[in-house]
Amino acid sequence: MTTIEQRDNYPKSAAEFTENVEKREKIGKVFEILFLLGLLLGLFVLALLLFDVLRDGLGRFLMPGFLTETPSRFPDRGGIRPAIVSSILLGIIVILTTVPIGVGAALYLEEYAPKTWWTAIIEINISNLAGVPSIVYGLLGLGVFNYLLGFGPTLISGALTLSLLSLPVIIVTAREAIRAVPDSLRYASYGLGVTKWQTISHHVIPYAVPGILTGVIISVSRAIGDAASLIVVGAVAFLTFNPGLFNRFMALPIQIYSYITRPEPGFANAAAATIIVLIILVLALNGMAIYIRQRFYY
Amino acid sequence: MTNINPENIFLSNSITSLEKHPSEDLPDTIVRIILFACALVSVLTTFGIVLIIFQVTFEFFQKISLAQFFLDTKWTPLFAEQHFGIWPLINGTFLTTTIAMMVAIPLGLSSAIYLSEYAPPQLAATLRPAVELLAGIPTVVYGYFALLFVTPLLRNIIPLEIFNALSAGLMMGVMITPTVGSISLDAIRSVPPSLREGAYALGITKLEAIFKVVLPAALSGITAAIVLGISRAVGETMTVLIAAGQQPKLTVNFAESVETMTAYMAQISGGDSPRGSLNFQTLYAVGAVLFLITLGLNIISHWVSNRFKEKYE
Repeated sequence: MTTIEQRDNYPKSAAEFTENVEKREKIGKVFEILFLLGLLLGLFVLALLLFDVLRDGLGRFLMPGFLTETPSRFPDRGGIRPAIVSSILLGIIVILTTVPIGVGAALYLEEYAPKTWWTAIIEINISNLAGVPSIVYGLLGLGVFNYLLGFGPTLISGALTLSLLSLPVIIVTAREAIRAVPDSLRYASYGLGVTKWQTISHHVIPYAVPGILTGVIISVSRAIGDAASLIVVGAVAFLTFNPGLFNRFMALPIQIYSYITRPEPGFANAAAATIIVLIILVLALNGMAIYIRQRFYY
Repeated sequence: MTNINPENIFLSNSITSLEKHPSEDLPDTIVRIILFACALVSVLTTFGIVLIIFQVTFEFFQKISLAQFFLDTKWTPLFAEQHFGIWPLINGTFLTTTIAMMVAIPLGLSSAIYLSEYAPPQLAATLRPAVELLAGIPTVVYGYFALLFVTPLLRNIIPLEIFNALSAGLMMGVMITPTVGSISLDAIRSVPPSLREGAYALGITKLEAIFKVVLPAALSGITAAIVLGISRAVGETMTVLIAAGQQPKLTVNFAESVETMTAYMAQISGGDSPRGSLNFQTLYAVGAVLFLITLGLNIISHWVSNRFKEKYE
């Protein structure tokens, strides 16, 4: 009985089915456009943001001495040299500390670590560290570098804090790069009777360099743009000299924040001009990373 | 070893041990210990964070009772009449985060769906880094844009305070869009084509396949992406510090100025509070709450993506 009923119903429902197809496909088209709009809206905001910053800041950015002079109390005088020098020094120290430690940790986890609970803890720990907010790293830096090691609110404290912040990202990307090295390379090397470290240093690392480099560049660009942790560690809003390792320091994002918080109107333009410098740096770094990724992996 | 099968040979003990222990001399052992020390740095970082935060927070609770912290509804540690109720700060964080997610979830998901299901591969390969650039822009820049572009623009339409939760939340949402989008995209792409093809064979349209087959199959990854996005929003500092203001209050009115946990921490840090002072300790007490919330969210995100991950052969 039931089978016959179903068979009776079948052509009828199939007729409804085909009738609806056009409408359903139309709804599909509408949603396709909505999805595309959602994607483009983000890019539109990005374009608007860049346009707004250029409009507000280009004039100030092009004034002579903006990149080379020390800050002034007046919005349309002086420059941001101490902030630029600070950011470059911070970036260099972050690279010098995180590359060896990050790549070392990645090599250990990929090439040496036995599959034990201890290794599992290290892995879970790294992925959790990548989700800790920057300002919490600031609390760590303030406690350890400023007070425990006695560096105080100096450039080295800020740089080491940023290093800890960048480390998880570098470890994760370096691990991916090392994992992508084909095992056949390792076996061929072992087959020649070479030691493990020789295999790693002569074959695995060179093969993984582009991937590692991409991760390093991206995390350095994040570190250069980070302000929250540096505020906690004690970056200053106003600096009239180039910072040394054990001096008070600032950074481009801190300079921007300090300009934004001043009420006089001209400082907004100075903030926008500083943003131009920071964005050029960040876009250049990201562009390099994208270039390396596409050049070596696609 | 009854039947000889090439796979078994490779899995047999002798070969495995050969892979694990190629010839190792003394320098090799030293290298292994150094590399292990590098991996240890990350563990020490976690210990450092936990120890320092909870040590100072403990000192804080020697002076301020748990009831004052969790039952009071005012946060005024810098006023003559001091109150230490954390709720206004949590409220500020909750309000800006909610607004941010109302932007980031639709934008992130629609980007992910478009890139995975509609865009030709070449276009997707170009658009994806462009969208991800949104996450690469320093957050202080979003703060600038929220305060000096978005707020004046919105004030033409709705009455907003100069510092308000809305502009800060909106910009934070744009900033977090790639976090939600990228991880969702990976989840959607890992849904095998056979599922879609099966659905098409039943006479279903492309959109229906997306909503009824692809998204449910990718749900664990998408949920993990959203939770991770929330965690980012909760921990974000500069945008809310600049654009949402510094007035801790219990309100759901997005037109008003609020203060988030992170904004308070940045505000109190600027004053160079000496170690041992109450201000210094409130910084860590608020930091402890922030750390626990983000840690909880990150753990949920990992748990969801591991526990409910669909495995396809």
